[in-house]
Amino acid sequence: MSAKEHSGDYFIPDPSPWPIIGMFSLLITLFGGALAMNGVSLGSYLVVAGLLMFFYLLYGWFRDVIKENLSDCYNRQVDTSFRMGMFWFIASEVFFFLSFFGALYYIRNIALPWLGGDGYLGVTNEILYHGFENAWPSHGPGELGGDFLPMGAWGIPAINTLILLTSGATITWAHWGLKLDNQKQLVNGLIATIALGVFFVILQAYEYGHAYQELNLTLETGAYGSTFYMLTGFHGFHVTMGAVMLMAILGRSMKSHFSAHNHFAFEAVAWYWHFVDVVWLGLFVFVYWL
Amino acid sequence: MTTTTLNHDEAHHHDMPTGWRRWLFSTNHKDIGTLYLLFALTMLFLGGASAMLIRLELFQPGIQLLDPDLYNNLVTNHALIMIFGAVMPAAAGLANWMIPMMIGAPDMALPRMNNLSFWILPAAATMLILSFIVPFFPGGGTQINTGWTLYPPLSVQVGMSMDFLIFAIHLLGISSVLASINIIVTLLNMRAPGMTLMTMPMFCWTWLVTAFLLILVVPVLAGGVTMLLFDRHFGTSFFDAAGGGDPVLFQHLFWFFGHPEVYILLLPSIGVLSHVIPAFSRKPLFGYKSMVGAMLTVATIGMVVWAHHQYTIGMSLGAVTYFMIGTILISIPVGLMIFNFIATMWRGAMTFETPMLFAVAIVLMFTFGGLSGVMLAVVPADMQYHDSMFVVAHFHYVLMPGAVFGLFAGVFYWLPKWTGHMYDETLGKIFFWTNVIGFNITFFPQHFLGLAGMPRRIVDYNMMFTEFNVISSIGAIIFGLSHLLLLYIVIKTIRGGKKAESRAWEGAKGLEWELDSPPAFHTWTVAPQIK
Repeated sequence: MSAKEHSGDYFIPDPSPWPIIGMFSLLITLFGGALAMNGVSLGSYLVVAGLLMFFYLLYGWFRDVIKENLSDCYNRQVDTSFRMGMFWFIASEVFFFLSFFGALYYIRNIALPWLGGDGYLGVTNEILYHGFENAWPSHGPGELGGDFLPMGAWGIPAINTLILLTSGATITWAHWGLKLDNQKQLVNGLIATIALGVFFVILQAYEYGHAYQELNLTLETGAYGSTFYMLTGFHGFHVTMGAVMLMAILGRSMKSHFSAHNHFAFEAVAWYWHFVDVVWLGLFVFVYWL
Repeated sequence: MTTTTLNHDEAHHHDMPTGWRRWLFSTNHKDIGTLYLLFALTMLFLGGASAMLIRLELFQPGIQLLDPDLYNNLVTNHALIMIFGAVMPAAAGLANWMIPMMIGAPDMALPRMNNLSFWILPAAATMLILSFIVPFFPGGGTQINTGWTLYPPLSVQVGMSMDFLIFAIHLLGISSVLASINIIVTLLNMRAPGMTLMTMPMFCWTWLVTAFLLILVVPVLAGGVTMLLFDRHFGTSFFDAAGGGDPVLFQHLFWFFGHPEVYILLLPSIGVLSHVIPAFSRKPLFGYKSMVGAMLTVATIGMVVWAHHQYTIGMSLGAVTYFMIGTILISIPVGLMIFNFIATMWRGAMTFETPMLFAVAIVLMFTFGGLSGVMLAVVPADMQYHDSMFVVAHFHYVLMPGAVFGLFAGVFYWLPKWTGHMYDETLGKIFFWTNVIGFNITFFPQHFLGLAGMPRRIVDYNMMFTEFNVISSIGAIIFGLSHLLLLYIVIKTIRGGKKAESRAWEGAKGLEWELDSPPAFHTWTVAPQIK
């Protein structure tokens, strides 16, 4: 790599077009999104175009990174940079989810009791919402979205918990395989993890259908519907992303890109998968169960 | 020094990228730092222009130039452009330029991602500007009249321009989180051998803490505006009491981000001061460890006092008391920083070049802004000051000296290093005095206006407030125009001037001053050994 000559030990990549493509893809996607949400039909085409560009960017950027990795550009210090970078990225994701958990906490423990007449602000209840009682699940004093049934915890959600916990075990098993240079165990472990992830997403989709059609539990179902879909929806999106990342890792594992000592990409995705797993546990306890 | 010269020879093996590719595809921390700074300068003028229009409208009572919605649209955009477009990118620009040079690293830890975090900013600025101009097109909906805090239910009712704004905030958030990850990784992983956390330059420490804060709070803002987006378009009721939600929830989410944001804006400038004041006092920084401790304390307490922005929402007595005490506690570590700066100057051989003038002005004026902050932190008093021009005066006294003057000081301090030329000291001093005097004429009278009862964010005012508003607007013209001088000085210095030595300032310490001025395209390719 020519770049190595001028950068000493630490690999500094050559100038790269990907960041600026990233700028255009994000701008086009979000510009289109804003238009589409307000009924401008051009918007959705722009969203599709922007997303295609974004996927092209992901493909190209990661292809460059893989190429550099395979030609031994990365020393131990670069590897540490990647690890730390992934760690702090996941930290930021944790706080993204915390905002939604915080909203759930606030609505259940502060907003609804107020509306129900608790504390010194109980006068709100007298004047605005007389007769409203604080309870959970709630679609608020306006009974937005009409009558609904809440989602139980011990059906599909409990199965999904088992699925994700098992997938956490299978990916660790795959990691052990990688560390022992056991290609077969690595690939099988990954395939099992992906299968479990996909199964999870399918069950979630089925659950959404069930909620919309039989429980009348929709996004419009007041605070309960809002928090339920926002939290499970963003989580499901992350599981989907995680599964796609796992597929990429599976492809690379089959090409024997990883060795027992050089497999940051595998570990990054595994961390991400565990993070998604932990978020689910929070969801199961606070959204479905309690 | 010997290592540096060696590296220059090495650098010639590989040609420097030229033309537009050098800037658009850059993976070089110096070029990306320059891009950040130029972007911030552009945004400074854009945000400044909107402020000029606001002050022009307030020159007289009555409605002359702007209708009320346009006025509030300008107020909103002024705040967002200045905070996210000018101050944060300028601080990130300083970080990009200086951190690798200060810690003896060849570049930022993740150079390609570094470029991504910069290039997202122009996209965000485009969305931000669109949010301002979309309402002027047919079918563009109503103007954003919420102020930068975007409180529902008003923000749920605004037209499509709010969606552009929400997406702009998402982009700005992605950009700052990526930049913060890069800075943290660089500082933790790229320090030259022998440089420990407790011996690294103070500017690096301030940015380390800032980056932590950004990673923790920006995603919460992103989550908050995402909920706003869903409330606007997908029928959720996070912020609608009829559905069991609460508009106040948004205020909590916003200020959970918004209050630490104050320290995000402030800390990099404190870092600049920690270099400028020792250099021009020709003494080491007083109380390095206590600075670090104070900063960590400020950041920690700063994370848990957000609701002092919302005393009037009807929280329980216990809650407001907690937030009041927490807020007042912050003045202790901040005071400690100020005393450290004063102790650094004490009996130093001081000279007053432009960066030092700004530094001294910060110590005085930021303390003043901090004191009006303590007034605002007291719950019963705040019930009077809330949403008055007193608040406007307070936060401009905190953010202009605390953040912007610090960045000016940094620019003047490091400009010789970046360009290889000394700036014109006379012009620098003229800029300082017009800037500082203009600032004080603009904002000092606003304290009186607020105490007398003039509300903020309203286009018109009672006749009795006229005199102070006239003074304030005249000050704003001086203040605004002074920045043209800044632009002139920067351009002049880039184009030429007295050659700067590698140690441009007699009292300057640190690795960056061992490099040439301007430094080679790649520096510290072999890490220096720190004794």
